[in-house]
Amino acid sequence: MKKVTFLFILLFCITIISAQDYFPKNEGVKEENNNYTAFTNATLYVTPTQVIKNGTLLIQKGKVVAVGKSVTIPENSIRVDLKGKFIYPSFIDPYSDFGVGKPEKVKGRGPQYESKRSGFYWNEHIMPENNAIDKFEYQKKKAADLRKAGFGVVNTHIMDGIARGTGVLVALNDDGNDADRIIDDRSVQYFSFSKSVASRQSYPSSLMGGMALLRQMYSDAEWYASGNSTTKDRSLEALIANRKLVSIFEAGNKGNDQRADKIGDKFNLNYIIVGGGDEYESIENIKATNAKYIIPLDFPEAYDVSDPYAVNYLTLEQMRAWNQAPTNPKVLSENGIVYSFTTYKLKKPSEFKAKLLKAIKYGLDKTKALESLTIIPAQMLQQGNKIGSLQPGRYANFLITSGDVFDKKTVLYENWVQGNKNVINNKDQKDIRGTYSLSAGGKNFDLIISGEVSKPKSEVKLDTVKYSSKLKYSENWITLSFTDKTSNDTYQTTAIIPSEGESFSGKLVLPNGAIRSFTATRKSLDVPEKKSKDEKDSIALEVVPLTYPNVGYGFSVKPIQQNILFKNATVWTSEAEGILSQTDVLIKNGKIDKVGKNLNAEGATIIDATGKHLTAGIVDEHSHIATSSINESGHNSSAEVSIEDVLNPEDINIYRNLAGGVTTIQILHGSANPIGGRSAIIKLKWGNDANGLLLNNSPKFIKFALGENVKQSNRQSFDRFPQTRMGVEQLYINYFNRAKEYDIKKKSGKAYRYDEEMEVLAEILNGERFISCHSYVQSEINMLMKVAERFNFRINTFTHILEGYKVADKMKKHGVGGSTFSDWWAYKYEVNDAIPYNAAIMSSLGITVAINSDDSEMARRLNQEAAKSIKYGGMTEEDAWKLVTINPAILLHLDNRIGSIKEGKDADLVLWNDNPLSVYAKVEMTLIEGTVYFDIDNDKQKRSAIKSERNKLIKMMLKEKAGGKKTQSPKKEEHINFNCETIN
Amino acid sequence: MKKVQQYILLVTLGFGLSTIAQQTPAGEQKEVVTIVGATAHIGNGTVIKNSLVIFENGKITFVVDATTTKIPYRGTVIYAQGKHVYPGFIAPNSTLGLGEVDAVRATRDYDEIGSMNPHIRSLIAYNAESKVTESIRPNGILLGQITPRGGTISGTSSIVQFDAWNWEDALVKEDDGIHLNWPNTYKRGRWWLGEPRGYKPNKDYPEQLEKIKSFIKQAEAYGKTPADSQNESFDAMQGLFNGSKKMYVHTNGEKEIIDAITTLKESGVQRIVLVGGYEAYKVTNLLNKNNVSVLIQRVHTTPSNADDDYDLPYKLPILLVEKGVLVALQSSGKMERMNTRNLPFLAGHLVGQGMDKEMALQLITYNAAKILGIDKDYGTLEVGKSATLFISEGDALDMKTNLLTYAFIDGREISLETHQTKLWKRYMKKYSGE
Repeated sequence: MKKVTFLFILLFCITIISAQDYFPKNEGVKEENNNYTAFTNATLYVTPTQVIKNGTLLIQKGKVVAVGKSVTIPENSIRVDLKGKFIYPSFIDPYSDFGVGKPEKVKGRGPQYESKRSGFYWNEHIMPENNAIDKFEYQKKKAADLRKAGFGVVNTHIMDGIARGTGVLVALNDDGNDADRIIDDRSVQYFSFSKSVASRQSYPSSLMGGMALLRQMYSDAEWYASGNSTTKDRSLEALIANRKLVSIFEAGNKGNDQRADKIGDKFNLNYIIVGGGDEYESIENIKATNAKYIIPLDFPEAYDVSDPYAVNYLTLEQMRAWNQAPTNPKVLSENGIVYSFTTYKLKKPSEFKAKLLKAIKYGLDKTKALESLTIIPAQMLQQGNKIGSLQPGRYANFLITSGDVFDKKTVLYENWVQGNKNVINNKDQKDIRGTYSLSAGGKNFDLIISGEVSKPKSEVKLDTVKYSSKLKYSENWITLSFTDKTSNDTYQTTAIIPSEGESFSGKLVLPNGAIRSFTATRKSLDVPEKKSKDEKDSIALEVVPLTYPNVGYGFSVKPIQQNILFKNATVWTSEAEGILSQTDVLIKNGKIDKVGKNLNAEGATIIDATGKHLTAGIVDEHSHIATSSINESGHNSSAEVSIEDVLNPEDINIYRNLAGGVTTIQILHGSANPIGGRSAIIKLKWGNDANGLLLNNSPKFIKFALGENVKQSNRQSFDRFPQTRMGVEQLYINYFNRAKEYDIKKKSGKAYRYDEEMEVLAEILNGERFISCHSYVQSEINMLMKVAERFNFRINTFTHILEGYKVADKMKKHGVGGSTFSDWWAYKYEVNDAIPYNAAIMSSLGITVAINSDDSEMARRLNQEAAKSIKYGGMTEEDAWKLVTINPAILLHLDNRIGSIKEGKDADLVLWNDNPLSVYAKVEMTLIEGTVYFDIDNDKQKRSAIKSERNKLIKMMLKEKAGGKKTQSPKKEEHINFNCETIN
Repeated sequence: MKKVQQYILLVTLGFGLSTIAQQTPAGEQKEVVTIVGATAHIGNGTVIKNSLVIFENGKITFVVDATTTKIPYRGTVIYAQGKHVYPGFIAPNSTLGLGEVDAVRATRDYDEIGSMNPHIRSLIAYNAESKVTESIRPNGILLGQITPRGGTISGTSSIVQFDAWNWEDALVKEDDGIHLNWPNTYKRGRWWLGEPRGYKPNKDYPEQLEKIKSFIKQAEAYGKTPADSQNESFDAMQGLFNGSKKMYVHTNGEKEIIDAITTLKESGVQRIVLVGGYEAYKVTNLLNKNNVSVLIQRVHTTPSNADDDYDLPYKLPILLVEKGVLVALQSSGKMERMNTRNLPFLAGHLVGQGMDKEMALQLITYNAAKILGIDKDYGTLEVGKSATLFISEGDALDMKTNLLTYAFIDGREISLETHQTKLWKRYMKKYSGE
């Protein structure tokens, strides 16, 4: 009888769905089915917060007709009694590539600078004209997997490129066709920071380039929309046409979440951001984005730390990520952030439930969890009137479960999509768990059936001898085989389970092949309790606390500004006062308050600095640490990009630089192109976020570059202009001429196309932005000065400037400073004539000279590099020390704030145990604006804290492995130590 | 301009005494040289404050305390009161002379193709006239072990002195050792092929280890009887089994070090030197038990792991010396050739970290000579040894005061002029208007 009903329902559904009003039909007669289905006696979640006990859900033609406690059930209804069972709205995955897939990766050699398309945007990674519906092909197998995980609707798109076009909202309805299941064929539009795999166009080669490209794309769209273009651009037209659609931005980690939001803010867009699961680490900033999120649940697996050597490759940061990431959903919820979940990033949808349960175990509220799977994604996609709840009029998309959907033991029976039933587990299957006595082949065995109702496990014993056994139970048929381990004798049984009664019997195949019958009789419903793994598993592991930043050597409490009196130090002022012995320095409210003898502490903490040396913090004019990209090499000019966009406040090099006495750095763009990107000037305030590192009211700088790198001499690349120093000059002249014309047009009030690159170059022409130019040989140095003079501005700094000594007189006349290496040479052809006397020679002609690092290692001992100028060229100690303090501060236009020990300046100080220019000197303390960011004693504590926390986490992970959890082998994250040449 | 003139004065002071032209090797020592009054740093830990050092025919004949001795001054007398005299510093594991400009392929001669290249010899490619080598000498580095790079077995090194017409003249010790790059248990993801960046377990490690083992075994077996057919690479390996050649095994990880030493010992390799040794401090017992000395990785590097002590690379030599391991410094790595001139400052840096100053010096003199097997003639200021030494205005381990006035190799007074000093003077002259 039951089977008949089932078949009937199936037929009935198909009839509903294929009835398209105006379609002719030739395969048979055209008829309609207006029957209802009523689900009664269920615990009914209409929404996550509206729960009806013993409720009825009435559906017809794929939609909810009525829901409630007392629903009038029409005569022409199929009734389904769901006593003891639960109904939930099915889940929605707002971020998927279901039925669309990724395009194939294009292969090729050598860079491609120009777009190969025409009639579209100039950059191939911008494809708003793509519509996922054009590629959509329903995939039954994948739909089944998603339904098994509880999903009824997914929002899919072409997961490729920076602007990806529109998506498709599709119900996972196998029985209907696209006419039924496509809920919206232009559901939302999509963006990301990842380039298309189908294009080899070089630009953007970096994250900051991606950001600049998106900004330019939006302003170009505005300009295009006002009818300014004389040519047709189908990409921009599509972007304009999609303007009203919701935008989803795949950011992928906490830093990129904020970067996406920053772009959105500029253009008044509220992206829904696809996060990375690490949002808990910067929750305040994430909250401040005011964005809605889509959160993947790919919590990292524990690392297999059973090989103690392999453990060395793991960082505390990685171990913590494993330990802390499961708290991400909870933290997001607690902070009032609205988000949906997605199966994106999971290897397969079947992992979803376990991950979600883990999040709940780590404190995520169940109601919030359900909201994030139903009404929130529905509202995000602006489809709350169709999906996400079981209110009348919504699609009949729901789950029937044995109990609380977020309970591990709960069985998902059915997943109904648009009124079509999909059986996941047979809900009418009898619960056969219990303790049985089994008589077979003249022996009496003990049989215990335990585990899940739909997937029971067996245990067979003869007296005290345990048999190995295998149990299969489906469609009311049971198959049990058990084997005597010593004799290898196997008994096979099979039986149908009767709907009534406490015993079942059936066919038995004895070890000798003889066929008999057997009977099993349930003695008790109880099964002997074992302290199951599940129970132990139900408690979350201890979560270790976050630090600032959340990596090794982070602070457990952010350090605070102090008032300090340094007593009796040798003070290297880097001012006209020179080096003062036995002098006190008082710092107050982050500033240097007084410098003198026998100062009153005025309540400040006293540090006895007798025998020690106190200096201003080291300023590094040329650094590449604390950033996640360095070069935008996709174009020969990239003034539109900015390092400020891509700061990485978690770079351990910040801490290591502090340990070398560095307090302020200019993070320069690399030297991949003649016109590089804008700099970031930061203070190394370890523990602060990106904004906290940035210097307030920072002077504006941009990196230019000359020489072999910009000509791509040492790369297998022959296509990009310029390939010679001759070309480099013309490139500058061309860009500056264009910038000049742009600026004139802009200032004239005429309509103009906003061009971020030209804006930046115009700032240079207007004296608002300074150039720090990577330079090697004298010809090019001279050339750039002449180009600048022709456009009525001055080059601020030549960095590297290895042949500066050859044109020092001309540099002096031009008024440019030099920031150089102490002794590097012979690494390229253009440094054949680089000499370590360079700094001394340029200084002797009155040029402001600094020694810089361009290297995260050398940055840790710039004091020693400065000292080399004493050896090479005979500088005085006083002058040598200026090379890394006040002189770079002058070059950065920050000498009124930092670079020397002078009353009123920022209290950026370093305490050394010896003459700072001596190779024997060591930093004991580094302060920025009165806050101690490095302290050699505190460092020792940090080391031991790291050790014990690592041990703790290693033990926890060993336990995970012993408990049978999946683990991954330790991987070492590559820390790229950037320099000018790094392409990233 | 006043400043310029001061500098010019310094130029003349610093280099005016030396009359030998840049790059032209000095002739044989003809006259006896006596150095009086300098603080002599012997190189083995001892110091003579007011010393008298005499050498003739290229050999040191006296090193005594000048305050107590009655020995007459002979030949050319250099009064060096307040100055310091040191044995010439030694740069092991160096590619000086095998490359000139890093970025120019045509000038690079240190890395041959193939993985098992013990027969590849650095000596014959050594460019005795390299401008880079010339720039190293004025900082006191007068000898080096010229070492090929690349492959699994890179080849055979030789030891040279830095003032010669050609490689034959430069030779101090021929084919002193074979250099083996031990495979890593972790390898980098080939991100350019779409693999994730970062390091992951190297599944091929056991196989790579087996290849090395088998190669050594084959070489050993080959040496047991006269060969029917000459095998050059097996021939080159023979010295390893009788101890006449050392095996320099380049590796850093703890597990790799253990594997390397165990494997090499079991394969009959007599003398092993570990090069790199980032985690060697974790296995000092093993090193000592097997008499393994260490050419420790460049002191000036960043820690390999994020959680490592910021100063771990600075103190690695200290951690080894404390446990009685024989250690010397070297400076292979980024821009290694031009960077070799900072070798003394690598030693100096250790002093700031707590190492005794004379011990730090020993790591670039006596210990280096001992590890390279040239300690009979070089590495210390001792009677009978080669007069390969220099005089510095001040402490040669500190960049502030490392200022050479004289340097001698085998008693020959070498030029301290370089391509770089020449340019310096030339442009200072230009600006002073002379």
